[in-house]
Amino acid sequence: MKFLNDKVTRRDFLTYGLVVAAFIVVSLLASQGVIPRSLSGQLVPVTCYVVMAISLNLVVGVAGDLSLGHAGFMSVGAFSGVVCAMSLSAAIPDDGIRLAVSMVVGALFAAVAGFLIGIPVLRLRGDYLAIVTLAFGEIIKEVVNCLIVGTDAIGLHVIFNVAGDKTVDDLHLLEGGVAIIKGAQGASGTEKIATFAAGFVLVMIALAVVLNLVRSRAGRAIMAVRDNRIAAESVGLSITKYRLIAFVVSAALAGAAGALYGANFSQLSPAKFDFNTSILVLVFVVLGGLGNMRGSIIAAVLLTILPEALRGFSDYRMLVYAIVLILVMLFTNNPQLKLTLGKLLPKREGAVAHGE
Amino acid sequence: MSLNMNPAMNRRSLVAGVAGLGAAGILAGCSGGGASSDGGSAAGSGSAIKIGSIGPKTGATASYGLSVTNGAELGCKEFSVDGLSFEYRSEDSTGNAETAVNAYNTLVDWGMQALVGPTLTGPSVSVAASCNDDRTFMITPSASSEDVTSGKDCVFQVCFTDPNQGKNAALFLADKYADEKIAVIYNSGDAYSSGIYNAFKEQASASKLQIVSEEAFKDDSASSFNNQLTKAQAAGATFIFAPIYYTPASVLLTNAHDMGYEVTLMGCDGMDGILGVENFDTSYAEGLLLMTPFSADDPASADFVKAYQDAYGETPDQFAADAYDGVHAVAEAIKKVGVTADTAREDACDKLAAAMLEITVEGLTGTLSWNDKGQVEKDPTAYVITDGKYVKA
Repeated sequence: MKFLNDKVTRRDFLTYGLVVAAFIVVSLLASQGVIPRSLSGQLVPVTCYVVMAISLNLVVGVAGDLSLGHAGFMSVGAFSGVVCAMSLSAAIPDDGIRLAVSMVVGALFAAVAGFLIGIPVLRLRGDYLAIVTLAFGEIIKEVVNCLIVGTDAIGLHVIFNVAGDKTVDDLHLLEGGVAIIKGAQGASGTEKIATFAAGFVLVMIALAVVLNLVRSRAGRAIMAVRDNRIAAESVGLSITKYRLIAFVVSAALAGAAGALYGANFSQLSPAKFDFNTSILVLVFVVLGGLGNMRGSIIAAVLLTILPEALRGFSDYRMLVYAIVLILVMLFTNNPQLKLTLGKLLPKREGAVAHGE
Repeated sequence: MSLNMNPAMNRRSLVAGVAGLGAAGILAGCSGGGASSDGGSAAGSGSAIKIGSIGPKTGATASYGLSVTNGAELGCKEFSVDGLSFEYRSEDSTGNAETAVNAYNTLVDWGMQALVGPTLTGPSVSVAASCNDDRTFMITPSASSEDVTSGKDCVFQVCFTDPNQGKNAALFLADKYADEKIAVIYNSGDAYSSGIYNAFKEQASASKLQIVSEEAFKDDSASSFNNQLTKAQAAGATFIFAPIYYTPASVLLTNAHDMGYEVTLMGCDGMDGILGVENFDTSYAEGLLLMTPFSADDPASADFVKAYQDAYGETPDQFAADAYDGVHAVAEAIKKVGVTADTAREDACDKLAAAMLEITVEGLTGTLSWNDKGQVEKDPTAYVITDGKYVKA
């Protein structure tokens, strides 16, 4: 266990360990039937949001760019994943493998979308990425509203319904064919094949990808670009390349999370992946700490469960949720509290050097 | 911006600021609400059958959800008799499928035996799939897509399906307004509206209606209909069919009035409630036609309307009436097969689902019976707004 002598590696493995421990504890409790349904029903969405938070933290915390349309990538992944899972239901009877394939497809589509957006925007200075991703999220919503997709014995049928005058009947599906995406009605009647175990595996993959990227040569270059663009350029780093690496990896992870999310509900509407969802994920990242993956995971879990846990307050629950958010922000930014914490945990100094 | 500022710090404070603003926006959208979550009705909770309901009680669609949950609550009170009492609880879905499933799971934890909900189509499809997997009996008052019930033997609807409504509307027009030039304005970003539109279009071409203009809008642009109305007017439309909810419809009517465009508007059941829209001059709604199963001005529903007004201070709309009928149907089915408070949820589901195919309910929204697809069978009715009241057309 010599490699654990390194402080950074130790921190990373602590994060992995926490996720594994949480998974084992929750799985055990769930198998004993101790967990109420209101909580166990949320396990898969929680893992999706955790992956979203990790992936957005790569862009916002590590690369220092601002993305306001991360739900757009989730949407791309969700709908391409749903189409993939539905059309392969005959070819791949095993749910687990089909889910894995659909997540890979979702990740690929989202990565392509991220690449296309990233190429022009990441060449620019300033916060243009925020503006463009904001628009991207809205555009994706409209694009999916125009999509009509069905599958039958021949294969996939796709109509891009721009004029708004086409319906599912225009797909001319053969007998036994199913419509997968019905424009504004979204995808409905899809199979629920997502499992908590699959969510856990995805979280581990996302963590491994992001943490290893951050600690690699490319990751150091990404952070150098974030911290001082001019200095990074002067030593020959390609600014666009490294920002693009972070952005595309992040988009792919968000796409995989979306595919998992889409496989967990039998109905999926494009309006779900709107600006509010993007901001929700950004709140996880900011509250968990920019560049701090462990913090993002904890924030995503707590803030996803919190509104449901507050159902006892009935209509006032979102008010209580807001108050909790404000209190957390105040406390985590309190210098005195930080000082006390620093005294309690002397090793924190090393940690501070690696992002908040 | 000075050059020596640390760009990373700058960007971080910007990120935090945007996140804060955005979070404030999310919360601003979540205001509203009113009635309490827990509405007890029966005497002892130990002997009462537990009925749950789900609807958006906060957010943009809260008015529909509150109508449904209030109507269901009133139903649970009114249909509680000696030997058959109901305990009622409703949960907020915020109009979102994910939250609706969470709400459903919360209700199952509570011990719910039958679900009268959810309100909106998207959440209902998700919850219906869970109900079918878990064997929970579900009857939705207002989710009208065929996807809600298709392939699920324990899921039923009180309202007409969207295709059914679109078809009925086209047949009604062919019968009474065959000579009018018709413009269609619908919400292409909404499952309910586009579902009705698709079926309407099909039946309209079969019935040879003259459709001169078809215009779509989205929720984001529902604040003004001048564009669509101008096109309809230019096409010479004398009649507008708009299968949309009453909130955008009130905007549409106001825009048409401001333009000086004299046109008859027709909507479907989502239009019911337009006379209760705040800051809307209801005189613009004179002559409005709607295909809706319920009218608060109908003498037959006077008792329900009075009880509802006493309890919630509002005039009930068809959402509330459908929810009330949903509880009525559950009560009839329970009487038929003898479900008690001790019956397990799964057993109650199978028994009730079988009973639903046999019962006939004399409800507020007509004489209801159900086919084996879970769809309701009742006669379509149309109303016209005359002197601020709904009068049968």
